[in-house]
Amino acid sequence: MLDEDLRADLQKRGIFVASFEDLYNWGRKNSLWPLQFGLACCAIEMIATAAARFDMARFGAEVFRPSPRQADMMIIAGTVTKKMAPLVVRLYNQMPEPKYVIAMGACAISGGPFKAGYNVLKGIDRYIPVDVSIPGCPPRPEALLEGLIKLQEKIAGQRLFGPGRARHADAGNPADYPVPAYGAHDLEPPLNPAVFKPQLLRRDAA
Amino acid sequence: MTEVLEAIRAALPAASVEPVNNPSPCAQHSLLVRTSDARAVAEFLRDSLGFDFCSNVTGVDWQARKVHETVVRRETVGGVEKEIQETVAREVPGCLEVVYHLFSIAKKSGLLTLRMRTGDRDSNVSVPSLTPVWKSAEFQEREVYDLFGIHFAGHPDLRRILMWDEFSDHPMRKDYVTPDDCEYEPTPHNGILARVKARTEASA
Repeated sequence: MLDEDLRADLQKRGIFVASFEDLYNWGRKNSLWPLQFGLACCAIEMIATAAARFDMARFGAEVFRPSPRQADMMIIAGTVTKKMAPLVVRLYNQMPEPKYVIAMGACAISGGPFKAGYNVLKGIDRYIPVDVSIPGCPPRPEALLEGLIKLQEKIAGQRLFGPGRARHADAGNPADYPVPAYGAHDLEPPLNPAVFKPQLLRRDAA
Repeated sequence: MTEVLEAIRAALPAASVEPVNNPSPCAQHSLLVRTSDARAVAEFLRDSLGFDFCSNVTGVDWQARKVHETVVRRETVGGVEKEIQETVAREVPGCLEVVYHLFSIAKKSGLLTLRMRTGDRDSNVSVPSLTPVWKSAEFQEREVYDLFGIHFAGHPDLRRILMWDEFSDHPMRKDYVTPDDCEYEPTPHNGILARVKARTEASA
């Protein structure tokens, strides 16, 4: 890798040095096409983010695609019900690599206020890998833009070769994830253990 | 409501319709109809009394319960007559109930609450569908079927509407057990905390 000081020094002299990875990531991070679908009230904020006032086009993510085949990222905007979860996973599987997921709002992250409900998935990260989680109920458009910028930063820093390379660049990683089936009492399986590692909340006695 | 009840009794003397009084300040009384008479009563309400709009259909799950009643009886003890108060426990069998909220747009009147009860909560859970009388009841009866497990005989399209078809439970029943599928809960309910604690100890 090029030394950062040397690179800055060269840039002052009018010589721009970049690696192939930098160029490649710079190109794709500024043209993230989201999959056009919303699940609940967070979708309204997502629409506001895409519209004139907040103007997601400033960050190159305004081309909402109605087909997963043309999308680079998926914004899980809203409550994922158990009835909807298999469809969300299937849409994710249908997206071409490289693909990214933003979990927008408390519901998409963890079930949110509906966490004790029988019909709500307790976070989409039970089935598919999530890159950026945006807290809020719903998050403001600024928060979604911040999440998008975080995702761009993540993409800019992704390695394409060698150890520690991005998920999609490693052929050993799965390209699609098992779609849960509708069971008699719950989704089967209730989570994908390859993706989701349960974190137990510690409430130590005061 | 009293006039409606009298009109039903005058027009359909064979039908069994009983008032259910609501003792709370809102005093929203309702009519309990025997399931075999429900269709005739509903058609009479719609065609003769002008209840042309069914705004809401919902259900109630009544589990079997014990009712304690205070009974006063007179008894002669040692030649002296005394009033003795006794608490008597009475078993009330469980049932499922469907509630219809009716309005008359033509007469600008309403709310009339109509109730039907099933025989029990297990096998005898069929009531006649009122969708042929009020078309607006179609989706809501499907919802009641989905969440309470009440079977509507004569419904044109009785399928689950919210849960998936493979689902076998009825979530709004009081004895429904939710799937154990969360590790914590934002507002700690004792039940979930106990469940998580048991699971943590088992895995440790």
